[in-house]
Formats: sequence, C-alpha cells, structure tokens
Amino acid sequence: MSGLGMYGSAFPSPVPILAMAGGDGVSVAHYLVVGAILFTAGIVCMAVKRNALGVLMGIELVLNGANVNFVAFASPYLRGQGAVALGIDGQVIALFVILLAAAEAAVALAITLNFYNNHATVDVDRADNLKG
Amino acid sequence: MDTAAQLPLLLGLAWLAPLASFVAILFFGPRMGPHGRNAAWVATAAIVASLVLSLFAAGAWLGAHPVQVSHHGSGDVAAADTHAGDHAVDHHPVADSVAYSGDWYTLYRGGALRLSIGWYIDALTVLMFVVVTFIATCIHVYASGYMHDELHDVTDHEVHLSGGGHLHRPGRFPRFFQALSLFCFSMLGIVIAGNLAMVFIFWELVGICSWFLIGFYYERKSASTAANKAFIVNRVGDFGMLIGLMALWGALGTLHFADSQAIDGDVARPGLFSLVRPAAGGHAIRVPDGMVKFAAAAEVAKTPPAEVAGKIEDWRSMGLGRWLLLIAGVGIFCGCVGKSAQFPLFVWLPDAMEGPTPVSALVHSATMVAAGVYLVGRFYPVLTPDVLLVIAYVGAITLFIAATIALVATDIKRVLAYSTVSQLGYMMLALGVGGWAAGLFHLVTHAFFKSLLFLCSGSVIHACHTNDMRKMGGLARVMPWTAGTMLVGCLAIIGAGVPFVIGLSGYYSKDAILAQALAFSRANPAHSILFVAVAGGAFLTAFYMFRLWFMTFAGEPRDHHVAEHAHESPAVMVAPLVVLAVLAVVAGWTLPGGFGLPNLLEQARPVGTAEGMTGGFAFGELVFPAEHLSHEGAVHVTATLTAFATAAAGVALAALMYLLRIISPAVVATIFKPAYTFLAGRWYFDELYHAMFVVPALAVANLASGTDRGVIDRIIDGLAWTARQLAGVDAWIDRTLVDGLVNATAAATWNAGIELKKLQTGHLRQYVMFIVVGTVALFVLASLLFRTSLAG
Repeated sequence: MSGLGMYGSAFPSPVPILAMAGGDGVSVAHYLVVGAILFTAGIVCMAVKRNALGVLMGIELVLNGANVNFVAFASPYLRGQGAVALGIDGQVIALFVILLAAAEAAVALAITLNFYNNHATVDVDRADNLKG
Repeated sequence: MDTAAQLPLLLGLAWLAPLASFVAILFFGPRMGPHGRNAAWVATAAIVASLVLSLFAAGAWLGAHPVQVSHHGSGDVAAADTHAGDHAVDHHPVADSVAYSGDWYTLYRGGALRLSIGWYIDALTVLMFVVVTFIATCIHVYASGYMHDELHDVTDHEVHLSGGGHLHRPGRFPRFFQALSLFCFSMLGIVIAGNLAMVFIFWELVGICSWFLIGFYYERKSASTAANKAFIVNRVGDFGMLIGLMALWGALGTLHFADSQAIDGDVARPGLFSLVRPAAGGHAIRVPDGMVKFAAAAEVAKTPPAEVAGKIEDWRSMGLGRWLLLIAGVGIFCGCVGKSAQFPLFVWLPDAMEGPTPVSALVHSATMVAAGVYLVGRFYPVLTPDVLLVIAYVGAITLFIAATIALVATDIKRVLAYSTVSQLGYMMLALGVGGWAAGLFHLVTHAFFKSLLFLCSGSVIHACHTNDMRKMGGLARVMPWTAGTMLVGCLAIIGAGVPFVIGLSGYYSKDAILAQALAFSRANPAHSILFVAVAGGAFLTAFYMFRLWFMTFAGEPRDHHVAEHAHESPAVMVAPLVVLAVLAVVAGWTLPGGFGLPNLLEQARPVGTAEGMTGGFAFGELVFPAEHLSHEGAVHVTATLTAFATAAAGVALAALMYLLRIISPAVVATIFKPAYTFLAGRWYFDELYHAMFVVPALAVANLASGTDRGVIDRIIDGLAWTARQLAGVDAWIDRTLVDGLVNATAAATWNAGIELKKLQTGHLRQYVMFIVVGTVALFVLASLLFRTSLAG
C-alpha cells in the first residue's frame, strides 16, 4: 500500500525492482522477483530443451510467471484506481491466461503427437520443416 | 412492210447472228461435241444465216431501188456503146442517194447530245454486208477444215520450253470460232453503224478481236508480240480518231451521219452529212455553223446573241472553223490509217501473219483492214479537199513502200500481207483523188481475190508445212486446184484483162483507180506524182504476184522433202477457193442491163460529190474532177493502156526471172545489193520505230523505274532505316536503363530474400533465443533511451 509511495520517494535506485525488494516484509517486489525467475526459467527451458514436451513445459512456466505478476499486482496496484473496479482484475486475467494456456497446450500437444506420428521423435531440432 | 422498215430488221438480224453464235460458244463451246467440234457448225450456221439475211436485204434493196443504167458501164464497151446516145443527158444521172437511218436504242440523251445504237443503210451498207458475210462464210467453212489440228491435243513445235521439250496443250477449236464470230459481229457493227460513236465502239471491238485471233497461238512469243503490236499500233491511230471525234462532238454536238428523227421529247436534228453539206447550198461542202462559232468563240462572246446568226456568214468567209473541219477529217482518217494499215502505221499487218491463215484471210480481205477504207468512204461527205489530198498521199506512199517490200519477201504470207497493204494504199489513194466509187469498188473486188489468195496460200502452207517460198516450186502438179485458183487470184489482183473488152474483177476496179488518178493529175499538175505512183504500183504488183506464183507452183521442186509431202487440200478447203475464184473473176462485171457493182455503188454516192469538188486552203487550190469524167475516152484509154502495159511488163519480168530464168534473181540482187538489202530489211521501219518509239519508251520506263528504285525507294528505305536505328536506340534504353532498374530492384529484393532466408533456420530453440535476445535488446535499448522518463 504505502510501498509505492515509499518506493517513489525513499529509494531512488537505478534498478526499481531491487529497490522495491528492499522494503520490509513480503511485498509486491518479491512476487515480481518470483515471477521473473519463473519467466526466465521458462525461457531457458524453451531455449535449451530439445524435447518438445520440455519446450511446452517451458511455455507453461513463462505463462505462469506472468500470472504471478498479474496476481501480485492485483491487490495493491489496481485496487482503488477507479470507483467501479471490483479489485479482482489481476485474478481474472490470470484465469484467462490459464484458460489460454490450456487451449494452447491442447493444440501444441496435438501438433506434437502428429509430429511424433510422422517423424517418430519429439526432438524440436529435427523439426526444421519451417526452414526458409 | 416497206423497205425502210425491212432493211434495218434484216440487216440488224444479220448483224446479231454472229453475236448469238459468239455467246453460245462462249458458254457452251467446250460441250459442243467432242473437243467442241460442233462449235464450227454453230459459227458457220450463224454466218450463213447472216449471209442469207444480207442477200434478202440486197434483194429488198434492189427491188426498191433498181440499179440504174448509166454511163458507168464503161469497162464494158458493149454497154457503153448501147448507151452512147444517153451520154449527153446522162452526165448527171444520180439523184439524191437513198439512205435509211434510225436508232434502235438510245444509250444517252442529254441536252443536245444523243448517243445511240442505230443504223445507216444505203447501197454501200447492203453491199458490204453481202461481201463481208459471204467471205466470212467461205472462211468459216475453210477454217473448219484448216483448224482440225485443234480438235485434239496439240504439240506446238514452235514453242520451246525451258525444259527442252515442246509445248503440249489442249486444242482450242471452239475458242477460234468464238473469236471469229465476235470478229464478224464487230465488223458488221461498223458497217451498219448509224453514228460515229457506234463506229468507234465496234472499231475497238474489231481491234480486240484481231488481238485474240492474231495471238491465237499465244504461247509463241512471235504471235503474242504480233498481237500486241497490232493492238498498240491501232491505238495510235485511234488516238487520232478520238481527236477527230472530239472535234466533231465538241463543235457540232452530234455524231449521227444522217439527220435524226424527232423521237419522244427530242426534236429532229441535222446529222453530220447535212451539216457539212447542207442541201440549201447544193450539197457543196462548207464549214458548219457549229464549227464557225466554235472557232470564233472570242467574237461570239463580244457579239449580242441576237446578231450572232447574222455574222456567221462573215466569219465563215474569213475562214474560221475550216481548220477544225480539217482536224476532224484528218483525225478520223488517222483511225483508218491504223485499221487499214496505211503508212506510217502499216507495220502491224505483216506481223499479223502469225495468226492462223483463215484469220489472215479474214483480217486482210473483208474485215479489219476493210473497215478503214469503208469508214473513209462512209465519212466521205465530211472530208474537205485538203483532207482528201492527205489521204491520197498517204495512200500513194503506202502502196509504193509496201509494193517494194513485197518484191523481195520470201515468206508466202508476207508477200500477200505487203500486197494487201499496197492494195489498201490504192484504195485510199483512189478515195483521196475523188474516186469514191473506184476506191470502194476496189475494196470489194480486192476482198474477193485477196481472201482467195490467202486461202490458197493457207492451202499451200497446209501441204508444205512451211511458209518459205524458196523451198517450194513445182507444186502445180500436186495441187492443181490450189494452183489454178491462185493463178486466178493473181490475175485478178494485177487487173488482167483484154483491154476494152473483158477482164477479171481487178481489171475494172484498178482501171477505175488509174483513170481517176490520171484525171486528178491532169487537173492538178502539181500532184501528178500520184498517177506515177499508181502506175508504178501496178507494175510492182504484177511482178511480185507472179514472182510468188512462179516460185511456188512453177518449175522444179527446190526442196524434195517438201515436194514429197505436198498434197492437194481436202474438199472442204478447196470448195471455198473455187467459189471465191469464180467471184474474183466476175465481181467486176457489169451485166448488159447495167447491173453491176459500180452502178450499185453509184446509188450510195455521197451527195455533192458526183460533180467533183474544188477548194482547199492548206495545200493550195485543188480540183477534184467528177468521177464519171474519168470514164471519158481520153482519160480512160490512156489509163487502161497504162494499166495493161505496166501489168504485162511486170508479169513479163517475173517470167523472165522466175519462170524462164533468163535473168538470175541472185545476180540482180547482187548488182543492186544496197537496194536489195534495204528492201529485204523492209525499209527498216520496224527498226526505225524500235529506235524512235520503243527504245525511248523503254528508256523512259527505265528512267521511271530507276527513279522509283533509286530515289523514291531509297528515300523510303532511308526513312525505314532511320526509324529502325531510332528504334534500336530506344530498345537499348528500354533494355538497359528501364529494364536494368527494374531488374536491379528485383535482384536486390531477391538477394535480400535469399540472405534473410538464412535466418529462418527452422530451429525452434534458436527462435526462442532470438526472441529473448531481441526482447532483452529492445528492453535495454528502451531503458537507455527513455531512462529519464522511466526514472522520472
């Protein structure tokens, strides 16, 4: 609640996230850090995994890292910004993301399964049909 | 039905019968029996029908106008004696000549102008119809035998193909008779024509028919050249004729010979004859009002219209318009010069021998060449003394030149051709010295004996397969009929006879010409050369005709190859010879009742010419003695004796050289070598015309074609070349600059695509890395760039 104001004036740091984490107790900044870690882990997972399922898992991590951020921002930031707001916007968006993730996972798994049927492997390095 | 209605009907049908035959053969000729054999029957039937109709017409004429007994039976002493008592009162026996005229069909009528198909029938017309159809009948019969080679495929040995062989072609039997029919139709059209426009139409038709027939063997170069020559030379004459026609048409507005009737909506108009020889002036020739006004156009413009009529006499006495009449006369005569092969346009006729012999016989006796003499005779009232003098001199020059060439010619048909030219010269000269009846009399008798001579020569050629008299000789034994009939023809043409008693047809007509020429020479001493020409011509004629006969029929055969193959011709060819020979003997006779050609012709004598003429302005004063005066004792005896002496001398010389061989022709030729060469070269007229007209014409043509090729084509080629060069530059700009720009753009795009393609590796993980790196890079970039704002 007061973190913003405190951040805004008391910690003029070149890296705002770190500055935000420097407050007392668990704050938004901690969530953001967790989200960033999840996101980074997902990216890395996507980048290094040769197994398509692994890549899909990386995607899930990235999406969920984003979800953490949405939820984290929900309570202090978005509440009270407008008189009509319900205060659950972050959670709603997170639910959308989960829904999308489910749909995306279904499509991606179908592609993967077909790919496996055709190539007897799920190695994404072998899937270079999109090469220009 | 009276004569005036009968004659046009009969002669009109006689005129159209050959046309019907022509049309029938034109459309159905090849289907008339095998190889069109029956075309000969169709054509012959048509011409026989014409002959019968003409004879009916002649009967009708004679029934209505019995031939008068007059002093003109002069050649016949008995007749002359019988009527000696009448002489004093009979010097003016000729009433106004009778002529029927009218129009069948009006082609055009506008204002004062009227063009029509009409008739002008007098004794001359009827006589010419009988003569033309009779000779044409003989020739049709003869030709149906002569042309039998054309009934099957023909190998023409005179045509050498480039492959080395001879031309092989289908026979053209129907085609020959088709052209022959058209020829007869055209000739009869000239004879019956009632106006000069119609004459001109049929004049040209005769020209084209002669072109068809002379060029019958058109694959032969010589034949097609001869046909073209005849046609082109005739065009030269016709050009003069057109000028004459325009002079008459422009000044007088009519081309009708006789006065035309008042027909629906048009008033009666005077014809040419009554305009030039008005009855009011006693039929004396005078310049018509139209020509006077035409020549005096400047004065007419200045004079009030009401006074013009009164002044015409003054202008006429000033001589205005007489040149126009002279031009009209000479112009019409120019056409006759071409058709009748007079100097200087006679060169076509000897070459016209390239046609089949029946054609030569027809062209040279009764048709084509007769047309010119006939037209002069028909047009006679309009001819002024000056024109007549021109005609006389042209005739004299022609007869002399042609006779001299005939002396040395060795081709049997060419001798006859030059003899024709020479005899035509006689006729023209006779007409020119005022011997109207004498000239036309000779035309008729000549038609008989010349067609006889040509058909005889055809018979000889048929038997010997050569035209060269030097290879003949002694043929009288194998061809007695041909030899006999040809002897009759030769005797007729030289005018053989017992002086003052009886003779062959030529004796009368030639005597009449000689007598008239003598009378003219006596009346006009300045022109006595004309009589010398006639007398000298008679000598030459006798010489070359008997030279021909002796070389062909007498003596020993010169070429055994020819002599062995010679045979008498079939009956179908001999029969016409006999018929014509009989006529060649009797055509000139005047029966005791006065019935004879000269008296018949007197019926058609142009008004106003019976008493002679005086006048002339261009060549001095001329006196044309009346024709009947030439039959008076002094003139007639001298003329007859001259004719007999010259002819006898000619025959005697020919006999000495070619029959008895006392004088060797070769020696004579050597002694007079330059003269011989000159004559054998035919006076070099062909070469002269070649140099004077053909070469310049070709030079002009070459110049024109050179200009065309060298200048016009060059310019166009140059323009085209320039356009091509410009287009080349344009194409270079297009290809290099425009296309280059477009292609370079395309290539750059292409290459960029190729390069960028390498980024698209298809490796999913790589893409992720790119995204990450890109995002981070963007973020870093944004952080650096918008640091202040973010911070702020």
